[in-house]
Amino acid sequence: MKDEASGNDDGRSLHVGHLPTFAFGHRSPMWWGTLGLVAIEATVFALVIVAYFYLRGLADAWPLSGSLPPDLLWGTVNTVVLLLSMIPNEMARRAAERLDLRGVRTGLAWCLAFSLAFLAVRALEFTALNCAWDDDAYGSVVWMMMGLHTLHLITDTWDSAVLAVLMHTGPIDGKRFVDVSENAGYWYFVVGSWLPIYATVYFGARI
Amino acid sequence: MSDAASATPAEVLEQTWRDPPGLWGWLSAVNHKTIAARFIYVTFGFFVAGGILALMMRLQLARPDSRLIGPDLYNQLFTMHGTTMMFLFAVPVMQAVAIWLLPLMLGTRTVAFPRMNAFAFWIFLFGGVMLFAAFLIGAGPDAGWFAYVPLANADYSPGKRIDIWGQMITFTETAALMEAIVIIVTIFKMRAPGMTLDRMPLFAWAMLVTSFIVLFAMPAVMLASTALITDRLVDTHFYDPELGGDALLWQHLFWFFGHPEVYLIFIPPLGVISAIIATFSRRPMVGYRAMVLALIATGFLSFGLWVHHMFATNLPELGKAFFTAASLMIAIPTAVQIFCWIATLWTGRLHLRTPLLFILAFFVILLAGGLTGLMLASVSLDTQLHDTYFVVAHLHYVLLGGAVFPMFGAFYYWYPKFTGRMMSERLGKWQFWLFFIGFNVTFFPMHILGLEGMPRRVYTYPDGMGWNAINLVATMGAFMIAASVLLFIVNAWRSRRRGAPAGADPWGGGTLEWRAASPPPAANFDVLPVVHGRYPLWQPAALPDRVAGIDPALREVLLTSVTAAEPDHRMLMPSPSPWPFVTALATTVLFVGSIFTPWAVVWASLPVAITATFWFWPRHSESRIRHEREVRPEVRS
Repeated sequence: MKDEASGNDDGRSLHVGHLPTFAFGHRSPMWWGTLGLVAIEATVFALVIVAYFYLRGLADAWPLSGSLPPDLLWGTVNTVVLLLSMIPNEMARRAAERLDLRGVRTGLAWCLAFSLAFLAVRALEFTALNCAWDDDAYGSVVWMMMGLHTLHLITDTWDSAVLAVLMHTGPIDGKRFVDVSENAGYWYFVVGSWLPIYATVYFGARI
Repeated sequence: MSDAASATPAEVLEQTWRDPPGLWGWLSAVNHKTIAARFIYVTFGFFVAGGILALMMRLQLARPDSRLIGPDLYNQLFTMHGTTMMFLFAVPVMQAVAIWLLPLMLGTRTVAFPRMNAFAFWIFLFGGVMLFAAFLIGAGPDAGWFAYVPLANADYSPGKRIDIWGQMITFTETAALMEAIVIIVTIFKMRAPGMTLDRMPLFAWAMLVTSFIVLFAMPAVMLASTALITDRLVDTHFYDPELGGDALLWQHLFWFFGHPEVYLIFIPPLGVISAIIATFSRRPMVGYRAMVLALIATGFLSFGLWVHHMFATNLPELGKAFFTAASLMIAIPTAVQIFCWIATLWTGRLHLRTPLLFILAFFVILLAGGLTGLMLASVSLDTQLHDTYFVVAHLHYVLLGGAVFPMFGAFYYWYPKFTGRMMSERLGKWQFWLFFIGFNVTFFPMHILGLEGMPRRVYTYPDGMGWNAINLVATMGAFMIAASVLLFIVNAWRSRRRGAPAGADPWGGGTLEWRAASPPPAANFDVLPVVHGRYPLWQPAALPDRVAGIDPALREVLLTSVTAAEPDHRMLMPSPSPWPFVTALATTVLFVGSIFTPWAVVWASLPVAITATFWFWPRHSESRIRHEREVRPEVRS
C-alpha cells in the first residue's frame, strides 16, 4: 500500500515520511499528558497544604489535642532516601534517551529498590506521626497529606515495576524508552511534591 | 489492510481506523467519534432526566400547600436536579462535543490518548448510573447539589445518600480531568501543519482554556468530597468544629471549584458562538486576538470569584470587598467578546437560520443573567437575596442562556456533519420560540419571587403570600420548555432518516471540519490537510495543501510542534482495546465499595492495577510493526 498522496513532488504535498516515529521531552504527547497529571496532583497537594494552614489558623493550639508534633527521624530519613533516588532516576532517564536498554534496566532496578525502601520507611513514618486520623482535625489533615503522597508512591512504584518487567521481557520498541523517560519525569514530581509536604507535616506543628 | 492491493486509500483508511465489529468490538471502541457520540447521547439523556426532575418540582410548586410531593422526596429532587445538570450534563456535554469535533477542526485523525478517552466515558457512565440507581431505590442525595456541611455530615444526613453523592463526584471529576488532558494534548500536539496557535479555531481556544480550568478547579471538589466521605466513614474531622475542623472549609473548597465550574460550562459555548457567528455572518470573526485574550482572562478571573457564594457567611469584610471587585471585573472580558460578536454580525451578511437564532437569544438571556449577576456581586444586595428565588433565576439565566441556548445552536449547526442530514428548519424555529418564550415565562417571574422573599429549596409555601400566580406561571413555562425539548428530540430523530442530505459544507463554514465528508469517515480525512490561515475553506488555495508520508494501513498520526504546528514526528496510535472498559469496571467496584467500607480502597486497588497493566502492556504484533518502521530521533550520546 502506498502512502497517502503518494508523493508526486508537484509542491502540493508536505512530505513527512522521513520524520522520527517517537520523540522525547516536550515533543512527546506523553510528556504533556504526564504534565497534565502533575498539574492536577500538584493542585491537590497545594490545596491540602492550604487546608492544613487554614485549620491551623483557626486553632488555639497546634497540634490540637496536646499531642506532640511528628518525630523527625523517619521523615527525615525518607527525605534523604527520596533525594538520593533522583540519581538512579536520572540514570534511567538518560539511558532511555540514549536508547540504552542495559542502562535502562539497571536504572529502573535501582529506582525500584529506592521506591521499596522509601515505602518501608513510610510505614515507620506513620507510626511516628504522634496522632491518628480520628483524633481531631489536625490528625485528619496530617494523615490526608501523608496518605495522598503514599498513594502516589505506591502507584509510581507499580508503574516502575511494570516498566522494569517490560524492559526485560519485551516487546520493546522506541515508545517504551519514551515511557521510561516520562516515568522518570513523574518521579521527579513525586520527589518535588514531598519537600513541601515534609516541611508542612514535620515543621508546621513546630513553628 | 495493506495486502488488499485493489483497495483505494480511502477504503484502507476506513478499515484501519474503524471500530471492530460485534459486542466485544463495541466495548473496545476507541474512535473519538464513537466515544464522543456515546458521551453526547448519555449526557443528553441526563439532561432530559434532570429536566423531568425539574418538572416534578414545578408541579409541586404550582399551587400553595401542595401535598403532591413530600419534603423528603422534594429534597432529593432539587439535589438530583442540580447534581445532574451540573455534573452529569453541562460540563461533560461540552467535553463530548469537543472530543467529537476537535480532531476534525484541527485536521487530525483521532484524539491524544484514545483509550483514556474511552475509559473516561465508561467511568462517567457508571458514575451517573450509580447516582440514578440510588435515587430510584430511594437513596438519592438530599443535601443540595453543593452539599453544605453540617447538613451533609453523618449526624444530619445519616445513611448512604451523601456517600453516594460524594463518590459520584469522584467518578465524574475523574472522567472530566482525563478528558481535559486528552483535549489539551490533542490541541497542543495534533494540529494540522501550519495551524499555528494564532490560526486555531476559537472553539479550540475555548476548549483549551476550559480544560486548563478543569485541571486546576476539579481537584478542589475531589479533595472536598473525599474529606467529606472520610468524615462520614472513618471519623476524620475536617468539617467538625468541635474537634478543630471548620464547616466553612467545605464551602471554600467547594466554591474554589464551583465558581470556575460556571465558566467550565460557559466558556465552551463562547467558542461555539464564535464558530456560528462567523459562518452565518459570512466573514471571519472581528478581533480574533482580543477574543483569545478575553477567553484566557475569563479563565484566570474565574478562580478569583468563589467567595461571592459565601457573602452571607462571617468572612472578613475586606475579603468580601475584594471578591465583589473580582466579580464585577469578570464582566470585562465577556463584554470584549460580546462587542467582537456584535461587530462581526454588524459587518457581515446575516443568514438567519436556526443555529443563529439560538445565538441571538443567548445575547438577550445572558445580558439579563449578567446584570443580575452584577447585582448579586454586591455584598449588601446579596445578603438580602441570598438563598431566594432571585438566585435561582439568576443562575438559570446565566447557565441556560450561556450554555443551553448555544448548545442547541451547536446541535443544529453540527448535526449535518454528525449525521449527513439537515435538521428541519421549520421544527427548529418552532423549537426555538417555544424554548425562548418558555424559558422567560419560567424564570423571569422567579426574580420577582426572590425579591418578594420566597426562599429556594422549600417544598411548598402557604397561601396568601402573593406567590401563587407567579409560581403557576413559572410551572406553565416549565412545560413549554419540556415541549420544546421534546420537539428537538423529534426533529433530531426524524432528520436522521428524512432530513435533506447535507453534503460536506451545508452552511458554507470556513473551518476544517467542513472539509470532511458528512458524516465523517472513521479516519476523518482522506488526506491530512495543511493549513495556511484561520479559515482554511475561505482562503485562496496555497501549497502545500496536503500531508504525504503517513501510512493509511496503520493507525499513524502526525504530531506537530506546540506553537508553530510544524511537523515534528509520526506516531502509531493505540488500537481498540477492551481493557479501558474492564479497568473502568474495576475502578467502579473500588469507588462503590468504598462507600460501604474503607478497605475497598485497599483490596479493590489490585484489580484496578492489574487491569490497567493489561491495558498498558503492548501487543507483540504492534510492537513489531513499530520496531520495523522505527525512525529514531537524534540520540544524545
